[in-house]
Amino acid sequence: MFRASLIAIIFWLSPLMASSADSDRGARLYGRCTGCHSLDYDRTGPRHCGLIGRKAGAVPGFVYSSAMKNSSILWSVQTLDVFLQNPRAFMPGNRMPYAGIKNNQDRADLIAFLVAANDDPKQCAQP
Amino acid sequence: MTKKNASTFIPKFVDLSRRSMLSLGGKGILSAGAVALLSGSETLALVNPASADEMNEDVQFLNAALGAEQEAIAAYQVGAESGLLGKSALDLAVQFQGHHKEHATLLAKTVTQLGGKAVAPKMDYHFPVEKLKTEADVLGFAASLEKGAVSAYLGAVPLFTNRDLAQAAASILGDEAMHWAVLRSALGQNPVPSAFMS
Ligand code: HEC
Repeated sequence: MFRASLIAIIFWLSPLMASSADSDRGARLYGRCTGCHSLDYDRTGPRHCGLIGRKAGAVPGFVYSSAMKNSSILWSVQTLDVFLQNPRAFMPGNRMPYAGIKNNQDRADLIAFLVAANDDPKQCAQP
Repeated sequence: MTKKNASTFIPKFVDLSRRSMLSLGGKGILSAGAVALLSGSETLALVNPASADEMNEDVQFLNAALGAEQEAIAAYQVGAESGLLGKSALDLAVQFQGHHKEHATLLAKTVTQLGGKAVAPKMDYHFPVEKLKTEADVLGFAASLEKGAVSAYLGAVPLFTNRDLAQAAASILGDEAMHWAVLRSALGQNPVPSAFMS
């Protein structure tokens, strides 16, 4: 009984633990974001270069909602995973008009792409 | 063919007159607080600030969409003035830019009607002009913007508190998906590469 539920939990967690996040697939999924974002410059949404390890709402010169600016979130694989699943629930009052990505693998791949691009000199010219 | 002005094209379902709002009623349309704001009585809105917040969110979403439309208008302008487009590509660019202008007019008008302040276009946009050397480059750039816009509207549709606004966003999404397909076709690509957009 105990063993069965343990196995069930491991199965349930496995998509999150998957080390098989595919950043090339993530690059294509990033097409869902490029209506508003680019890696290296601000558009309707702020730039994503240097995102990992940055405080939320901290790109200089970009006008954020007060919810985003005043949040104490630090962007990491984990915080991005929760944010992107349901941005409104995670940070009420933020003004990113995006319902979220429900599929765990899609989120993992997309975040793997953001991590790979984060300080890649080809995609992110200046840090 | 007669030329109609933009307002003639504003679809019926985004009639934001007070009457149509009130008649829709119920949660998920415009809240009582929002309706009170529209009718100029702010007492109710103060009693029920959450409702005003909901409306405020819709306004913020509309403004984000408006910002993206303004970017598209500017991008088509760059394309049209590039001198790289032949007659038929130029005709497409001008027509599609016209659609984006109509979207922007509708969105700005809706923001104002909801008591918000429509964002102004940016002074300058960052476009990859150095990479635009041929007609195909320009069409490919336009296609990527249209695809991005479709994805953005798709992500926004579920969020609108006011279902009329969700429908209006879906209507714009359909138009921009057609642009994307036609541009891909002009580039010799499969115009509709998959059964679903994401
Ligand atoms: C329709 C436009 C739009 C789309 C589409 C969009 N975003 Fe955003 N994004 C924004 C806006 C606007 C903000 C700023 C929000 C605020 O200030 O509350 C933002 C903020 C963010 C932030 C916080 C950045 C920071 O500097 O703190 C992250 C992370 C983010 N977006 C990721 C994504 C990802 C990943 C996608 C694609 C799945 C995406 N966004 C799609 C408009 C968009």
